[in-house]
Amino acid sequence: MSWLHFFILLPLLFAIIIPILYKKIPKIHTGWFVVIVPLSIFVYLLTFVPMIAGGETAMYTLPWIPGFNIDVSFYVDGLGLVFGLIISGIGTLVVLYSIYYLSKWREALHNFYVYLMLFMTAMLGVVFSNNLIVLYLFWELTSISSFLLIAYWYARRQSRYGAQKAMLITIFGGFAMLAAIIMLGIMGDTFSIRELFAQGDQLVQHELFIPAMILLLIGAFTKSAQFPFHIWLPDAMEAPTPISAYLHSATMVKAGIYVVARFTPFFGGTMEWFWLVTGVGLLTLLWGSLLAVKQRDLKALLAFSTVSQLGFIMSLLGMGSAALYYGEGELAHLHAMAVLAAVFHLVNHATFKGSLFMVVGIVDHETGTRDTRKLGGLLSIMPISFTLALIGSLSMAGLPPFNGFLSKELFFTGTLNASSLDIFRMETYGFLIPVIAWVASVFTFIYSIILVFKTFFGKYQPERLEKEAHEAPWGMLVPPAILALLVVMIFFLPNVLSDYILEPMVASILPALAGQFDFHIEAWHGFEPELFMTIGIVVVGTILYLTLRKWMGLYNNLPRALTITNAYNSGLRGMESISRKITDAHMTGFSRDYLRYIFVIFVLIVGTHLFMMDAFSFETANVANINLFEIILSLVLIGATAMVVITRSRLAAVICVGVLGYVVALFFVVLRAPDLALTQLAIETVTVALFLVCFYHLPRLRKKEDGDGFNIPNFIIASAVGILVTLVALSANGHRIFPPISDFYLDAYELAGAANMVNAILADFRALDTLLEIFVLCIAGLGVYTLVKVRLARGEKNENQ
Amino acid sequence: MEILMSVLVGILFTAGTYLVLAKSLLRIVLGTSILGHGALLLLLTMGGIKTGAPPLLGLESTTYTDPLPQALILTAIVINFGTLGVFLVIAYRSYQELGTDDMEELRGTEDE
Repeated sequence: MSWLHFFILLPLLFAIIIPILYKKIPKIHTGWFVVIVPLSIFVYLLTFVPMIAGGETAMYTLPWIPGFNIDVSFYVDGLGLVFGLIISGIGTLVVLYSIYYLSKWREALHNFYVYLMLFMTAMLGVVFSNNLIVLYLFWELTSISSFLLIAYWYARRQSRYGAQKAMLITIFGGFAMLAAIIMLGIMGDTFSIRELFAQGDQLVQHELFIPAMILLLIGAFTKSAQFPFHIWLPDAMEAPTPISAYLHSATMVKAGIYVVARFTPFFGGTMEWFWLVTGVGLLTLLWGSLLAVKQRDLKALLAFSTVSQLGFIMSLLGMGSAALYYGEGELAHLHAMAVLAAVFHLVNHATFKGSLFMVVGIVDHETGTRDTRKLGGLLSIMPISFTLALIGSLSMAGLPPFNGFLSKELFFTGTLNASSLDIFRMETYGFLIPVIAWVASVFTFIYSIILVFKTFFGKYQPERLEKEAHEAPWGMLVPPAILALLVVMIFFLPNVLSDYILEPMVASILPALAGQFDFHIEAWHGFEPELFMTIGIVVVGTILYLTLRKWMGLYNNLPRALTITNAYNSGLRGMESISRKITDAHMTGFSRDYLRYIFVIFVLIVGTHLFMMDAFSFETANVANINLFEIILSLVLIGATAMVVITRSRLAAVICVGVLGYVVALFFVVLRAPDLALTQLAIETVTVALFLVCFYHLPRLRKKEDGDGFNIPNFIIASAVGILVTLVALSANGHRIFPPISDFYLDAYELAGAANMVNAILADFRALDTLLEIFVLCIAGLGVYTLVKVRLARGEKNENQ
Repeated sequence: MEILMSVLVGILFTAGTYLVLAKSLLRIVLGTSILGHGALLLLLTMGGIKTGAPPLLGLESTTYTDPLPQALILTAIVINFGTLGVFLVIAYRSYQELGTDDMEELRGTEDE
């Protein structure tokens, strides 16, 4: 147990006392206590920065299940640390923001902060875990706590729908990832990421390499809302805004990015990884940016923009993985720029998207709506919020002097480098990458502008707002202001960030290049193609924004039925109705049908098994002779049996069953079993008497008209059962492998003092059977007594009446 | 003899199965009884029915019939009787309470 363990588990431990604080100290907003937790984690994690910047890493292990190679080992390197800093840093700001956002009086704050703390531990666990099983554990905990947070206002139908959707999709991905983890465990015979990566070179040839890669990517794509799994993210916007800002822009949706980045040293450098990650990333980037433009709800717009930006980062990680193909050298360095752009944008996105969500939350909180059609003209009323929104949006659009500009320039550099690749069949399709990236960036520009202009410019429409708009309290403005300050600071001082944060991150994604690079991020790098691309974006984007009304209608031409959400909904409904149909089809409620299944399956399994094993063989050498007496008995037996089946009189049926029983007793006599014959005679008599007593109260046997006549399917099934039993009996008879052990009982007199061997067995050698058989009789007797005597409430009432 | 017995057992099983699949609860009870008889005879046959003296040591015979299957059958008869008794009473009670012995009507509950 190290300090790192303590700080990662601190939110979890703190979650236990949150409800107590909420109940005992109702005067102080619970958030004030909670804010200490992420802040202390942030400060603690900052102490690692010098060590990480120096190129060192640290590992802390706590054994958990050593027998299965599972231990809670936390590994600190550039990648994990930056994620940890983002989680705890933005976590602090979000808690601070939520103190002002959520009312102390109206909201169930204890639930909120407990879920939030659960999530924080889960997320920290994901990014620091070195053990894959532990990683998966925390991974699912993020899904669960996210589910709880989305449905925080559980009385709303949309919240529940969004939570369920997010749960189903991310858990689906989680299971895929678990499968991948198990495959990796099989491949490398270890669950430790470090040990696995050490064997990376040998495992590329393993047959499970590609399946594990695909399953792992499904897990990462579902969590990071990549196409076509992005559909849960817009619906997750039903969560309170602090949650949207924290989980669905800065942290949880980046868990998939983290996993892709973490496994790049292992899977990267192969064509499949390059194309899957880059392709899905670019598709998500384009699709998200196209759809974001059409949204009228500010949070939905931000949700699609998050989807799009996550695709941006993902595609860069894919492009950067080409560096691993080259290993070392100039080309590797060239493509490592893409990885730098990815991690750089990851940090940038966390800052500006977090602040944008908070600003939207402020607008929502102070006006009562997030609908762009109702908003407008808030510029003079909420000047600080406007400034923050402008900084965030322009950074998102990729304009100077904000950090988004730098990472977007690097992105274009990455795409241009990638398009000039001559591996992985890039010479054919490579030119597409910068084109898609550029188009998506134009749309990114448009929706960023929409966000600011539709909200803060135009006409103020107080009559359409639920509240009179006014500026937010300072407590709500400080967290986004800090993030906005970071946005600007990173632009002016990118290399400080680069030296301390980004280079260790790139080093952990591309370990082969560790210590060999010295990136220098420049805002101005001359008249390069990237600059012209940015100018093009601004020009085309402005033109398109001004003509927005003219082409907005194009979106309506897209049929609703073709959307992915529609496919998801109808798929879910379809699965429900199909499973309902399947169940209804075979679960009829008739015991006769179930008995048919049982008999048919019995015949099929036993019959086909014997047939396949070629076990039907008949041995006639050892059979005993038949005498006339036995033939007569057999005929009577057959006759009586037939009568039971055929007769429509219950008395005849009972008598025939009695005859049957007595014939069986006679068979026992013939086959030299005197005890059996005695018992059988006595019991048969009692049974027939019982039948007669009972049948007096029962209705007649069914008549033919009642539909219980000769039934062909039943007869076929019954015949099959009978024939099969006969065949099994005959086959078994010929295959007596060992002599019976009954010679032992010949000594019954010496051993047990009994001349009757059967009785000696029953009462001496195998007396336990007899004891339990007595119990059976006792229980049966008690059962009969209870059934007859005890009447349930309903019966009693009837009797009293 | 074993072949004859095997065929008889087969017939008993056919009849028992056919009755168990019937609609009337009564026939099902009768069917289980017949299936029980079939099982008893099957046990006895499988034990081997080579002629020998009954398993009583006082008879001074050289070969005896195998006593072990007989002991098993004796246990089976008694248990068979116990379950049949309970089954009959359940049939009787359900007819009394529910007013039918038609298996098609005895289907499902309101709580489903």
